[in-house]
Amino acid sequence: MTVVDLPLANTLTVQSNGKSTKNKLSMVIFSGDMDKILAAFIIATGAAASGMEVTMFFTFWGLKAIQKSGVITGKGLFGRMLGMMNRGGLDAIGPSRLNMGGMGRWMFKLMMKQKGVASLPELYEMAVDLGVKMMPCQMSMDVMEIDPQLFQDNVEPPVGVAAFIEEAAESKATLFI
Amino acid sequence: MSTQTTGMVLDLKGLLCPMPVIKLAKAIKDIPVGEIIEAFATDPGVMADIPAWCRTTGNELVTLEKIDKQFRFVVRRVK
Repeated sequence: MTVVDLPLANTLTVQSNGKSTKNKLSMVIFSGDMDKILAAFIIATGAAASGMEVTMFFTFWGLKAIQKSGVITGKGLFGRMLGMMNRGGLDAIGPSRLNMGGMGRWMFKLMMKQKGVASLPELYEMAVDLGVKMMPCQMSMDVMEIDPQLFQDNVEPPVGVAAFIEEAAESKATLFI
Repeated sequence: MSTQTTGMVLDLKGLLCPMPVIKLAKAIKDIPVGEIIEAFATDPGVMADIPAWCRTTGNELVTLEKIDKQFRFVVRRVK
């Protein structure tokens, strides 16, 4: 009878593709709604302040959150229409419910200000300050005809799904918002 | 009230989640290891959040108390 030597040490650390898990949070930001983006940035800044490395992957409507204010995206007719009807920038996005043509956005902003909740632009700045990494999705940018130059200055070059999976695979926590 | 010397006093009054934790995380980098931060807040959320932040980051929660409508806490920088 032979004694099998179990590599116990290796079973104790979580490994993925030869890499061990980092104290890291990876987030997919799919929504472009003000309330969901607010939740995303609260979690991102909170995690960064707790010593975690944070990566946010922005895709589809989520791209509206990292777009500069006051720019209109789109190249062709449909892309231009999409850009006009769905303005980007943290000041232009509305809540997922009860927006009522911008009235809801105005009301929520006012109520948050009265209660002393940090505004979205303030939270965004905080996230940048804390070193939160933001990556846009190349494919959605192509579909929606969004030029990478229209993103905020801190935003990393566009990436694809494999880049996000690489980040997610070495993370302790992953969120889809 | 404890008698230890305070490294820094942080005013977090009027701030809501996640600002107390973020301001604390930033401020603790400005004091040497072993020193303490004394903070005052009005957000009841700090009762759960400050102990959780201390457990996650490995810093020591010295005191956390409610005084009338305010919250006072002392955190020691461990690393």
